[in-house]
Amino acid sequence: MSNMATTTETTATTEAEGGHGSAFPPLDASTFPSQLLWLAIAFGLLYILMSRVALPRVAAVLEARRGRISGDLARAKALRDETQAVIADYEAKIAEARKQASGIAQGARDTVTAQIDSERAAIEQKLAKQVADAEARITASKQKALADITSVAETAAQDIVASLTGGKVSAADAAKAVADAAKG
Amino acid sequence: MAAQTIDPIHQFQVHEYFSLPDMGGMSFAFTNSALFMLAAVFLITFTLVAGTARRALVPGRLQSVTELWYEFIEKMVHQVLGHEGMKFFPLVFSLFSFVLMANFLGMMPYFFTVTSHVIITATLAVMVILIVLAVGIYKHGLHFFKLFVPSGVPIFILPFISLIEVISFLSRPVSLGLRLFGNMLAGHIVLKVFSGFVALMVASGGIGYFGAIFPLGMAVALTALEFLVAFLQAFVFAILTCVYLNDALHPGH
Repeated sequence: MSNMATTTETTATTEAEGGHGSAFPPLDASTFPSQLLWLAIAFGLLYILMSRVALPRVAAVLEARRGRISGDLARAKALRDETQAVIADYEAKIAEARKQASGIAQGARDTVTAQIDSERAAIEQKLAKQVADAEARITASKQKALADITSVAETAAQDIVASLTGGKVSAADAAKAVADAAKG
Repeated sequence: MAAQTIDPIHQFQVHEYFSLPDMGGMSFAFTNSALFMLAAVFLITFTLVAGTARRALVPGRLQSVTELWYEFIEKMVHQVLGHEGMKFFPLVFSLFSFVLMANFLGMMPYFFTVTSHVIITATLAVMVILIVLAVGIYKHGLHFFKLFVPSGVPIFILPFISLIEVISFLSRPVSLGLRLFGNMLAGHIVLKVFSGFVALMVASGGIGYFGAIFPLGMAVALTALEFLVAFLQAFVFAILTCVYLNDALHPGH
């Protein structure tokens, strides 16, 4: 160790240093013990600091980021799945509502049609009845008229005979004559 | 004192700041080397702790550096050693960071380059190899030595192959340590030599000002190159550590 300091101070006599037997500092064995000691201390310290303090800190930061990123991705995926489920639910509900709406419309249409049909049937029935009544009345009137015509004809026949012959014709003979004439 | 400006070895001097008590017949001292080792440890720890202080979800500048730094080594260890090798992550991270910070600190003018001393780089390399041996034998017992006996090799050339494998294994700490040491040492010497030329040229005055342009350009270019080398050597050290540890975890590959 003694020549360590001295060689420094005597650089002006560099050429003469060959005489020291330690002209080339990296091969100066007198410095080896100190260098080894401090290398052991420094590298040992470095290893302990790295393995116990520094590297776990960096690893924690990187791990936190990776965790955060994968967490965010998982959350994004969950949200997307949720969105898709909501969309599917919405579409199902829309389809159901549409089905229901068309069902309601069909039902209303059916009800209205049935009502219309029944009303039409009632009216037709009523009209038919009225027509039938009218026809019956007409028939009755016709028969009554025919009957009236017969009696009028009988009276007219009695009057005609009376005025032409002056004789009296009984109502029964007149009726018989009219009936024969009507059969004609 | 012109000689001092171009003495490229001077920068590697270890200065003694104060002495420590002798132990086991060896003298110890607190030196500039020790100072810069502790400075590297402090800077690494400070950057990482300060960078994660805010724990922001969207990182700021310092936090980005911290995370980039962490993930760079994490990916490397994970790729080479697999999931079970992640328990060596603090070791590889410490090695990479220590070498990187020591190299970068050394690039500052007047700063001492810790990794330009072979005792430091060789010790780190030997430590790596001893860990490889310890892990390999702890995990696989004597099967670990199958590393030196590749399967599918004809029996009559097996001894030669094994010998080559043993030599290659033993040369690992040497190459690992010397590569870093040599790169840092040579780089700093060359840088110093070119910078010294600039100083000498300018000191001579007159036409020397023009003569200084080329070495100045070289010094600038070499500084850029040395920053690249500083990072590259730290990276090489770390990835070779991973590769060697992989042998310990999965021998016989």
